[in-house]
Amino acid sequence: MKVLAIASAGGHWIQLLRLKPAFEGHSLVFMSTKLCFAETVKGYNFYRIPDANRREKLRLFYSMFCITKRIILLQPDLVITTGAAPGLLGIIAGKICGAKTVWIDSIANVEKISMSCKIASSFADRTYTQWPELTTEKIIFNGNVLS
Amino acid sequence: MIFVTTGTQEPFDRLIKAIDEIAPMLSGDTIIAQATLQTYSVLNIKIFDFINPSKFNDLFKQADLIVSHAGMGTIISALQIEKPIIIMPRLLKYGEHRNGHQLATAKKFKELNYLHVADNEKELQQILLNTTREKLTSMHKLGTFASESLINSLSNYIK
Repeated sequence: MKVLAIASAGGHWIQLLRLKPAFEGHSLVFMSTKLCFAETVKGYNFYRIPDANRREKLRLFYSMFCITKRIILLQPDLVITTGAAPGLLGIIAGKICGAKTVWIDSIANVEKISMSCKIASSFADRTYTQWPELTTEKIIFNGNVLS
Repeated sequence: MIFVTTGTQEPFDRLIKAIDEIAPMLSGDTIIAQATLQTYSVLNIKIFDFINPSKFNDLFKQADLIVSHAGMGTIISALQIEKPIIIMPRLLKYGEHRNGHQLATAKKFKELNYLHVADNEKELQQILLNTTREKLTSMHKLGTFASESLINSLSNYIK
């Protein structure tokens, strides 16, 4: 299976890397918003995507365009993300392209799930929160990135 | 050496000012900070707005103590290498963040007893001035990867 793992720079990216053993035996490619992160996943294909957030609509469209184009070229079987906005775009584009999609909400969202998670949960095939108190019918808990 | 980091996204003057003000009283320590500033100008400490990842990792490893905003990247990185860390949350009311989640993150990690938390500038200064370095220890060690149950859940789903 071809797995595409997406996360924004910072804590989202560090959380994504902690999931690596789950992808063993699959072909894995990464996407993030900072080119220098390629260093942290040597040996894997890495694609830089433009950052975006919900307030800058034009950038959001540009980011959506770049991410969708890349996903069409890559044809992943699964898109997984730990957020934030670019990950949400990846989930939507992945879904359109027929991939299975998984959203893992950041462990920083302790008291309520993020807005992106809320939106992602209506597209993604599976949505995780990292805190048991925050589960809903659609959003499941099964451990977190801490160990 | 004390390494102060506030991430590269937004400024966090309150934290930098708190450290800068007391730096002369922390005479035994070199202080290096990575932060962007909004209006404050530092007087006593060395500050860089961006440090490339490999240099950043070096400083992080060399430091005796990390002082940081309540960002998950820094928290996880510190706990992974058992580095003592004090966090101070960015607050929505001062426009330091887009939402209030750092306050909740700080509260949660304090509850878990994983690290040192300063709720505000005063507390941060008090901790740094009044706590002996031997007491500012690493409080929790994280493994390299996520919890087994999350890894298993994902790998079963991906099959």
